[in-house]
Amino acid sequence: MKLEPLIYEISVPGRCGVRLPEVDVPTTDLPQDLLRAELDLPEVSEMDVIRHYVRLSHLNYGVDKGFYPLGSCTMKYNPKVNEDAARLPGFAGLHPRLGIDETQGALMLMYYLQTWLAEISGMKGVSLQPAAGAQGEFSGILMIRKYHLDRGDGKRTRILVPNSAHGTNPATTSMAGLEVVELPSDENGDVDLAALRAACDDTVAGMMITVPSTLGLFERHMLEVIEAVHGCGGLMYMDGANMNAMMGVLKPGEIGFDVMHYNLHKTFSTPHGGGGPGSGPVACNEKLLPFLPGPIVAEIEPGDDEQPPLYGWHMPEKSIGRVKAFHGNFGMLVRAYTYIRENGGPGLRDVSYYAVLNANYVLALLRDTYHVPYDRFCGHEFVMEGRWKDAPGIHALDISKRLMDYGYHPPTNYFPLIVPEALMIEPTETESKETLDAFAETLKTIAREAHENPELLHEAPHITPVGRVDEVLAAKQLVLCCVPIPDWAEQPPTLSTQSA
Amino acid sequence: MSKVEQGLKYTQSDEWIRVEGSVGVIGLTDYAQEALNDIVYVELPDVGATFAKGESFGSVESVKAASDMHMPVSGTVTEINEALQDAPETVNSDPYGAGWFIKIAISNPTELNDLLDADAYEKYCAERE
Repeated sequence: MKLEPLIYEISVPGRCGVRLPEVDVPTTDLPQDLLRAELDLPEVSEMDVIRHYVRLSHLNYGVDKGFYPLGSCTMKYNPKVNEDAARLPGFAGLHPRLGIDETQGALMLMYYLQTWLAEISGMKGVSLQPAAGAQGEFSGILMIRKYHLDRGDGKRTRILVPNSAHGTNPATTSMAGLEVVELPSDENGDVDLAALRAACDDTVAGMMITVPSTLGLFERHMLEVIEAVHGCGGLMYMDGANMNAMMGVLKPGEIGFDVMHYNLHKTFSTPHGGGGPGSGPVACNEKLLPFLPGPIVAEIEPGDDEQPPLYGWHMPEKSIGRVKAFHGNFGMLVRAYTYIRENGGPGLRDVSYYAVLNANYVLALLRDTYHVPYDRFCGHEFVMEGRWKDAPGIHALDISKRLMDYGYHPPTNYFPLIVPEALMIEPTETESKETLDAFAETLKTIAREAHENPELLHEAPHITPVGRVDEVLAAKQLVLCCVPIPDWAEQPPTLSTQSA
Repeated sequence: MSKVEQGLKYTQSDEWIRVEGSVGVIGLTDYAQEALNDIVYVELPDVGATFAKGESFGSVESVKAASDMHMPVSGTVTEINEALQDAPETVNSDPYGAGWFIKIAISNPTELNDLLDADAYEKYCAERE
């Protein structure tokens, strides 16, 4: 089956998309060592290119095409005004090496964004550098590590991570050279306080907690958790990927969190289809300010009634250093700035109100059909089980695949690990009641099909361009190539031949 | 219904251990391989490595999830099941036999008393169904 050939396969020798005019200026010979005799580029007309990529785009599914309730990812609609702003020539055409005199507008935008993200989180300072949530986490944990080392306390090597945390939390801890201590959840999905208190000692550097958790639940012992960790000298890291549930309602800095990250590409509506680019600013309280990754934007000369302040770069005194080339994914910062400006404070609070309302509405429609193991008011998402005792052989994966036949993107499945056959549903605030009703009705239909006609689910999806894929093969066969390369059997590819 | 083999000892994190004198053979239970679904990768420790009871000695990755493998009791690795590197699916097809992970020299046999016997583990699995 071939849905669309590669652009190299539609290449015809000599075909050309652009005719360049005759050269009417003197030419200069390039140095010989920079020249190549052959350049392996596809030879295609402009129309070939347009049709190829339009056809490919039709095979894709995105939030501009339909409902995308992928839990943990906050696939809200991204307003197109963000795109307008990001394409303003004064932003889009900036060279990152321009000096501060030529970039006051961009610096001011970054300064305002830093200030607003600090205000929304109740924190004191923000660095916009991290390129995604996981890098924001990594920066935050390096800050905690450096904070302890700076105090001469080298024995704090452990980070507590509840088993309802994002998978990136333990990964971050390991990458930062610290040891993960997994904490169990109690029967309500909250942190097991007894286990937490038993783990708190003078080797704890801090705790990473996802709020609301990956169960979509707000930790009900939050203050006790923070008190226990602070009590043993540890710092509190909040994974803010789920901030869409809390804007304008709860400021993490005000209840004792020391550092957190945002995902601008989730909460602040910057696009994250196709893997990015993301943006994961890190925010911290007074204690950790000197350790922020830098440089960050600061007012280097105050303004007055006549003149705006002069913005420039400031390197925090004990900074963990630079974590990203230049100044983060600037285009994402423009989009997030635009989104915050468009909504304003009360608007952002409404975003969170409606995100939580929508999730609870879908939960209420489905809880009689699907088992919800930790069933109480949820945050911005909830987790239910994709299995029934009287429908043996039906798995969460089958339900997800069948949803595709009805034109929906599947929810996240098999995560979090503490719920068997997990289906994690996050509708977001941007969907209408009609969409939510239709989606819930479809899931009820699929539940009926699972009992009456299980084959329909096992063979799904039926109507998508690609049917059920072989996940085992996909996980094991890591070399992807359109044509067989027999040489590789004798001579495995090296990094240089792969990139050639 | 997943299989629980008599004569083995079990952990609450779903490893089994078969005791043969001072040697322990360790693997993943049938219940766990069924929950994980198709296993695509197994990470094993080096021979000679020493781990405490409860410590992670390797990991198992399926199409659904990656999980750590924990030591049922403390010991030193004497042999690893190299065949799993190329054929991790053996853990699915024969979890108590050819799908074993490591053999260890048990350093503290009294720790075996803390483990579940087959009946207790079967009950523990049923509770989670």
